[in-house]
Amino acid sequence: MPVIALIEHDGITVKKSSYELVSYAARWAAQSGDHAIAVVLGSLSDHGELASHGAAKIVHIADSALDHVDPRQYVSALRAVMQEHGAEHVVLAHSSTGKSISGILTVASDAALIHGINALPADGVFRRGAYSGKALAYYRPEAGPLVITLMGNSVPAEKQDAAGEVINMSPDLPAAQLTRVEVKKVDGDIPLPEASKVVSAGRGMKDPDNWGIIEELAAELQAATACSRPVADTGWRPHHEHVGQTGVAIRPNLYIAIGISGAIQHLAGVNNSKTIVVINKDPEAPFFKAADYGVVGDLFDVVPSLTQAIKDYRQS
Amino acid sequence: MNTLVCISTTPETTAKIAFTGDGTSYDSEGVNYIMNPYDEWYALVRAIEIKEADGGEVHVIHVGPASSDIIIRKALAIGADAAFRVDTEAREAYQVAAEIAAFAKDRDYQVIFTGKETIDHNGAEVAGLLAGMLDLPFVSFANDLQIDGSRATVGREIEGGTEVVSVELPVVISAAKGLAEQRIANMRGIMMAKRKPLEVVQPTEASAKVKVAKYELPPAKSGVTMVEPDNMKELVRLLAEEAKAL
Ligand SMILES: Cc1cc2nc3c(=O)[nH]c(=O)nc-3n(C[C@H](O)[C@H](O)[C@H](O)COP(=O)(O)OP(=O)(O)OC[C@H]3O[C@@H](n4cnc5c(N)ncnc54)[C@H](O)[C@@H]3O)c2cc1C
Repeated sequence: MPVIALIEHDGITVKKSSYELVSYAARWAAQSGDHAIAVVLGSLSDHGELASHGAAKIVHIADSALDHVDPRQYVSALRAVMQEHGAEHVVLAHSSTGKSISGILTVASDAALIHGINALPADGVFRRGAYSGKALAYYRPEAGPLVITLMGNSVPAEKQDAAGEVINMSPDLPAAQLTRVEVKKVDGDIPLPEASKVVSAGRGMKDPDNWGIIEELAAELQAATACSRPVADTGWRPHHEHVGQTGVAIRPNLYIAIGISGAIQHLAGVNNSKTIVVINKDPEAPFFKAADYGVVGDLFDVVPSLTQAIKDYRQS
Repeated sequence: MNTLVCISTTPETTAKIAFTGDGTSYDSEGVNYIMNPYDEWYALVRAIEIKEADGGEVHVIHVGPASSDIIIRKALAIGADAAFRVDTEAREAYQVAAEIAAFAKDRDYQVIFTGKETIDHNGAEVAGLLAGMLDLPFVSFANDLQIDGSRATVGREIEGGTEVVSVELPVVISAAKGLAEQRIANMRGIMMAKRKPLEVVQPTEASAKVKVAKYELPPAKSGVTMVEPDNMKELVRLLAEEAKAL
């Protein structure tokens, strides 16, 4: 049976992480000789590279009611596509959208649910992180429909040509349950959960006024900024930057930890990053045990010279 | 207005992670369990604040064995009025949600809270499933909640910001950081908790839809490469050429 991938977009372009979803769906479907259907909800002018990432069909419900997420309406739209195309399995992003509709979709589809998958299934077994990233768990869902959310940055998007036949649908939708009042965007920042590079700083910064060097490094790398919990709790930085076991869990390609000791609760949220760089003046800081590259030194000297070295590298 | 707070337990954050012989279950030998921080710090406290402002009762529910009673008592000490424990092992999210839904369905809770996720499995699955089973609206990852008559205005974390939505009660809400400030149980609360009801509820024996085939520890890091603080050029070279991270 075909596998559905719910595409996330901003009305203009498809989110990069959604290419991972559609390519995952195509490879999963191919295990039983089937194809992937990319589902686009709401207005979107350009389907981007969905076809070349494996979408045999692109089902688009362009109803403007779907321009923002209402779980009930989204589930109803997805159910309509599932029924029309005989699809059982759905791949959602492990995002605020994915996680706000997955449970309701699971119940409506009499499916099983697994969040945070980070590998293609092997013999019907799905892998995800467990124990705050300190272990891997392999789950076997019961036979039948399955809804999963896919962890970003874990199974890379692969180019795979497919027909990309566009099918427009306009099913009747129920009334929305959530009315949007407003959206408060954080200015100019790269959203942390989606960032492929993250520059993170801790109490070693001494004072919130010292963050300029962190922002300059982040800007040079086009990285998102993050922080340790005490830094957010004392109001030095906003809460949404707090990473760790009780904050955001991330897995960027590059995580640079500056003036952070590397407490077990901090590591729990970042230890799945591909490459970890630690800058700390204390050679005994526990973070060095989890690092790929380490620099023992005063961050107030090291960080500006790292920023300069990256500038030089970009220019050469 | 009555509210229900779903409470989960998780190993203490510093607990060792090991698995029993065949790797199918977590080795909890000697491990201390705590109340899941998102449930305790944000969901429970916001529910208590609503009661303090508007009256009504805060109930807590936990699916798990009698060994969890000490953690449930802590929720009563912080300020919940009554507790319920569904007497069965919590095996996975669907089963837990089904037990809670069976309990809550004929009771008049205006807000059903869960934490955003548990800090051991980071599933974030129970709340949405519960909303689906009870056919209630669901607002995930709430960092602000204001009740006004029969409606709630909720701020929810989204990538890069907060979305504020308005929703009709009753509603299922999962609690994120910012929803409330952590409270510590005081002596009076601890004494009062001993006299508050903790009722054992018989399970419906909902079945699990997902089973763990095995657990595995990830491969250890190969070790750290140290770079001199006055040689950032070398660090950049390593990041570009060796790690391919730039
Ligand atoms: C239940 C629970 C949950 C928790 N959840 C989280 C979580 O999600 N995320 C989290 O981060 N923490 C969490 N914590 C807190 C955690 O235990 C640590 O207290 C916290 O991570 C420490 O933050 P830090 O590294 O910024 O500060 P510190 O531990 O104070 O470390 C500061 C570091 O900066 C270095 N430093 C100082 N000056 C300089 C300088 N000039 N140059 C270079 N280096 C310098 C020091 O050597 C030190 O290593 C949790 C704790 C508990 C109990």
